[in-house]
Parts: sequence; C-alpha cells; structure tokens
Amino acid sequence: MLILECPYCGVKAEETELAAGGEAHLKRFGPGSSDEEFHDYLFMRENPKGVHFERWRHANGCGKWFHAARCTMTLEVFGTYSAQTTEPPQEIKDKISEKRPDWTWRDIK
Amino acid sequence: MSDPVSAMSGATFAGLAKVEDSGLQGMITLRGDLASAVLQAAVKAATGAEVPVSGQVALSDQGGVAWMSPDELLLLVPYAEVDAKVSELSEALKGEHALAVNVSDARGVFRLSGEGAREVLGKVCPVDMSAEAFKPGQFRRTRMAQVAAAFWLDHDGVFHIVCFRSVAAYVFNLLSASAHPQSKVVVY
Ligand SMILES: [Zn+2]
Repeated sequence: MLILECPYCGVKAEETELAAGGEAHLKRFGPGSSDEEFHDYLFMRENPKGVHFERWRHANGCGKWFHAARCTMTLEVFGTYSAQTTEPPQEIKDKISEKRPDWTWRDIK
Repeated sequence: MSDPVSAMSGATFAGLAKVEDSGLQGMITLRGDLASAVLQAAVKAATGAEVPVSGQVALSDQGGVAWMSPDELLLLVPYAEVDAKVSELSEALKGEHALAVNVSDARGVFRLSGEGAREVLGKVCPVDMSAEAFKPGQFRRTRMAQVAAAFWLDHDGVFHIVCFRSVAAYVFNLLSASAHPQSKVVVY
C-alpha cells in the first residue's frame, strides 16, 4: 500500500484517496517545436526500477495536484512537494541521495 | 414554492451506532484567499466562527466553518438564512477574488452517534478513527467506500457526514450496513 502526505492539507492519504497523474516535470513542446520533440513530449516516458517522480492528485480530499518522489521497486516514499515547480526541490533531492547515492532521473541527479 | 426536503427525508437506522438524516442544513461553498482579512471578517460575520486551520472545523452556536482545501471553506448556516448569507458574503467580498455559492440542496448530511460510531466509519473510510488520532473539532475529506465524503466530530461526540446528494441513499445504506448489530469488530 502506498501512503503519500498531501503537501497542501497535510493528510497522510492512502492510495485509494489519490488519483495518479503520471510522470512529473514534463516540459511541453507545442507549436514551433520539431516533430521529434513533439513526439517525445507526447509519448516518451520514464519507466525506472527505482527513483521516480510522479504527479498525484488528492482527489478524495482537498482536490489539489502535487508531486511525489518515490522508489518504484520498494514503494519507499522520499517525499512529496508542491506542484508549483518545474523540478524537484533540493531538499527532496538530498533525501533521495541519502538513501540512493547513485540515483539519476532524466537529466536530474 | 416547492417544499424543501433533505436527501433522505429524516431516515434513521439504529445498530452499532445511530445513523440519522440531519434534515435541512444550510451550506455555502466559499472559495478565495483564506489569509485575507476581508474574507476572514466576512466568514466570522456569516457564521460566528473563525476561519479554522487545515483539517479542522470551527463551530459556533448558529453554524460553523470547515476547512476544505487551501482556497475553499464550507460554511454551515441555518437553512432558512442561506440565501441572505450568500448575499451578505458576496457584498462583503466585493473586490476580493472570491466566490460564495449556496450548495445546501446539492448535499446529503447525516449524524452518526453512539458507542460504535468510530468503528462504523473506520470500516468504510481509509482514516485512523482511534480516539487519539481523530479528535473533536477535526474535519476530514475522504472516500466512504466508493464515493467522496467529508465528516467532522463535534464536541458532543457526534460525527456529522456530508456527501453529494446524488449518492446520499448509497451513503445511508452503507453506514447502516456498517452499523449492522452483528458486525461488531471492536477495534476502537
Ligand atoms: Zn490534500
């Protein structure tokens, strides 16, 4: 079972109170981008065994979107953070480095 | 004029706990900047209660205020006064980025009381319902089996449950099944 603490209301929400929103920190490529960039934006997703960043919505709760950093293999949660950011905050990256010193994700480490 | 009726027209069930339709309850959804002094004063004037912190409900003699999300409150007011309160709020919040809407007839409201009340909720919500974890004055939006719901515990040990009116019959039946006299678990 996955439990994530919603950073907006502080509720420790169990998975069934949340709605999964897929991969976090996608950069949109729209008009003016190349076909390849647009293709990658639409279809290419990370599928790691380990550290991953995701979007979740506190659907049966305050209704807000937020971000979560977790391990897809162990379900260990490194932390949750605001949706109003384009990359994980340093504090979250530090927490991951404590547990998984060699982690990388896309171009983030 | 049509006669307003509550979602389950006063239905009751008695088992491990007592489930009752609460009757007509005035409810206003208010969205805006909860830190705004203007909004806080308008809420106090409408309900007699202060804006609560997250996860809490503030109750007064004539109503109350529940914290729904970082930019949303649920105001509890007498059913007969709800339209007047919405007008007062809208007047007081002119110029603020805020919106008050009467949602009284869009909701079902129930009271859940008695010794087994915590257990009845614990069976159908993914929430720690122990007395140490869920205290009077606490407010929680969550999932009640398959539907969204919210509840708070007042200072007399009574739980108040709010759900969408379209699923009020489902919630009443669910709570009644969860309160079935032969379904005691004795966790709390
Ligand atoms: Zn939340």
